[in-house]
Amino acid sequence: MSNAPYGFNDDCALFRESARKFLASHAGLDVLRRAAAQDPDPARMPTAYPSEEGWQQAQELGWIAAAIPEAAGGLQLPRGALVALAEQLGKHAFPSAAESTLGVAFLARRAAEGTAQAALFEQLLAGARATLAVCNADGDWQHTPSVVGASSPGGGLTLTGSAHFVQDAGRAELFVVRVAGPAGSLLAVVPRGSAGLSVQRDGIVDLTREQGTLHFEAVLVPTDAVLPGGDALLAESLPDTWLLLAADMVGASEWLLQTTVEYAKVRTQFDRAIGGYQAVKHPLVNAMMAIDRAKSLVYAAAHALDEGAPDALLLAHMAKAQAAEAAAFTSNRAVQLHGGIGFTWESDVHFFFKRNKHSELLFGDAGYHQAKVADLVIGA
Amino acid sequence: MTSHPDQEAAQREFREYCRAWLTEHRPPPAPVRLPQHPIETMTRAQLDYLQAWQRRCYDAGLVGADYPKEYGGRGNKGFQRIANEEMNRARTPFLINMVGLGMAAPTIFHHAQEELKRELLPPLLSGEQIWCQGFSEPGSGSDLASVQASLRPDPASPGDYLLNGHKVWTSLAHFAQWMILLVRTSSDHKHKGLSYFVVPVENHPGVTVRPLIKLTGETGFNEVLFEDTPVKDAWRLGALGEGWNVAMTTLLHERGAGPLVTPQGGVGSEGLAHNVQGLVSLARTLRRNGKPATEDPHVRARIAALAIRERGIVENGKRARAAALQDHPMRLPLQVKLAGGERVLGLPKS
Ligand SMILES: Cc1cc2nc3c(=O)[nH]c(=O)nc-3n(C[C@H](O)[C@H](O)[C@H](O)COP(=O)(O)OP(=O)(O)OC[C@H]3O[C@@H](n4cnc5c(N)ncnc54)[C@H](O)[C@@H]3O)c2cc1C
Repeated sequence: MSNAPYGFNDDCALFRESARKFLASHAGLDVLRRAAAQDPDPARMPTAYPSEEGWQQAQELGWIAAAIPEAAGGLQLPRGALVALAEQLGKHAFPSAAESTLGVAFLARRAAEGTAQAALFEQLLAGARATLAVCNADGDWQHTPSVVGASSPGGGLTLTGSAHFVQDAGRAELFVVRVAGPAGSLLAVVPRGSAGLSVQRDGIVDLTREQGTLHFEAVLVPTDAVLPGGDALLAESLPDTWLLLAADMVGASEWLLQTTVEYAKVRTQFDRAIGGYQAVKHPLVNAMMAIDRAKSLVYAAAHALDEGAPDALLLAHMAKAQAAEAAAFTSNRAVQLHGGIGFTWESDVHFFFKRNKHSELLFGDAGYHQAKVADLVIGA
Repeated sequence: MTSHPDQEAAQREFREYCRAWLTEHRPPPAPVRLPQHPIETMTRAQLDYLQAWQRRCYDAGLVGADYPKEYGGRGNKGFQRIANEEMNRARTPFLINMVGLGMAAPTIFHHAQEELKRELLPPLLSGEQIWCQGFSEPGSGSDLASVQASLRPDPASPGDYLLNGHKVWTSLAHFAQWMILLVRTSSDHKHKGLSYFVVPVENHPGVTVRPLIKLTGETGFNEVLFEDTPVKDAWRLGALGEGWNVAMTTLLHERGAGPLVTPQGGVGSEGLAHNVQGLVSLARTLRRNGKPATEDPHVRARIAALAIRERGIVENGKRARAAALQDHPMRLPLQVKLAGGERVLGLPKS
């Protein structure tokens, strides 16, 4: 496959194109604005957006199936196709549980064969939205102390405690919960609506995303809903989640860059387009370079994970770190170069600015991933 | 890039050849302290050493590999990049004729008359004749098209010209035999009034080269004054008034975006990973605040940032070969020079 760099073959390009077309017709910024305006709290997106019908259509385009092995009934495209999808989702600031669900699909792929794995694949293919619930209240991305405890009175587990920073908590149907079990950490699949499980929505800056806290009060989980592998499985599959977020930031940042370039060509001051000044051009060029490096690292890392390459983990850390830096730089400059209008709700810039801010911090900010790169390059 | 299996086999063979040749002919430690970059070359001793090295590489077929045989090349398209990668890998000295290889050669190749190409390209590729670039002027920096150095008819030689003007920031002019020159031939139109010539600058009448001292204390670039300097019409590239278009060819290659790849020593992206490893090794041997520098969080963060940046640049090069993964065809190639420049200046914040 050396003639398709990063394994990005024609199937990947077709898959991306179908996602792009879908998003262009379903996810215009006007739609986003209208949806945002529906929530009485102006700083929240309703969980009902996109509609059930929209999610079904996305499913028909294979968004989730693409990550699921052929043997389990999926399409199993190279990871390049999925980061390309995430890039499009970012470019359209699309509010959906697609990225969370993909993260779970990749985790399921790495899990050992068994009832829990098979059930997860089946439900994901049937359109269930899923997400990871693996964080404590400190937002410790090492995922060391777990605050959901379990006891096993007979057969199954009984969960008590809380999971924090759960993405798409309000719309996911399945939660993969990190549980401190009697014999080490476990990953349990818990359906929404389980007795004793309540979801509390968080107020977050990103209007296009949704997050919450899960409270478990003696929630019963049958043994066959536990994915074997525990923390090792979680650690192995997190790079996929980082890459989806990194790709999303690449897409959102690209939107910000292009939009700001267009603005710089039409906004005039002192009888000249502001884009004529190098003080304006240079930061835009710097943003372009930062985005391009991030994009290259994302595709390189995606391919390395497909191939099981020895530097896959290093590349995934690099991709998340670089994408976060590129996102921060591009977002700040986009607001500033838009001048006063950039500070207003009226300008669309803020949707992407806030989405990037959320992605920057989620599952480890640039500093966290940079420190991991240092450990790998220099030694801990 | 889809390449023919025969071509791939030939390229593999060439890579092995380069590797073997470089292992056998790696130069001994230089008798002089070598500069970091071609445009830092200051002394005659540095020049002699670097010129001799370029000559040996040229004789071995590692320079000019992609140029046609009749112009002193080897006529093997797609080979120069391989030679560059191997030279970088072997960490050999850079090729001194940077302006010649990077800017002058492709411009001459695309725009000069046949006879001029045959005359100028072989000694350029071998490094025997050093080139410089006369674009910048004291009054026209960023606004290149405002060039004022001008030609007027030479009364002594009909059809030819006399040049007057002042060029500045001219890298390597103190060693150069030839200059690529952007000059005004009409004041009626800003862009259409420009023409492009090659002119001899060493021992040529009316040419004065004066070194400029850099903030490092080194010289390496110069100002060049022309007073009634004779310029032959045969040295013209492109039609009179078409100099701007020819200059665009030069600039495209200066930014590393042209199809004729040329080795520029440390400027290529191929050797980047070695730099980070080198820095890590250095940090292991140094102490900071009584501890190994590798334990200093600031040092660790800076090295990690550099590692991420340099790997990103390397991956840009790979992604540039996947049309489907680009947003604009020239966007990645045009960044090569910027990235190279930033490396010379230090790590930027973003
Ligand atoms: C080490 C080195 C080697 C070089 N070698 C060569 C060579 O071999 N041959 C050659 O021809 N040239 C060479 N150059 C010149 C170089 O390529 C640039 O053309 C030159 O440095 C820029 O012109 P200037 O210095 O006159 O700056 P100016 O054009 O005067 O610019 C000064 C500052 O003002 C800014 N500026 C300019 N216009 C605007 C505007 N409208 N709005 C806002 N900001 C503006 C610029 O960004 C810059 O910060 C070299 C330069 C260096 C530093």
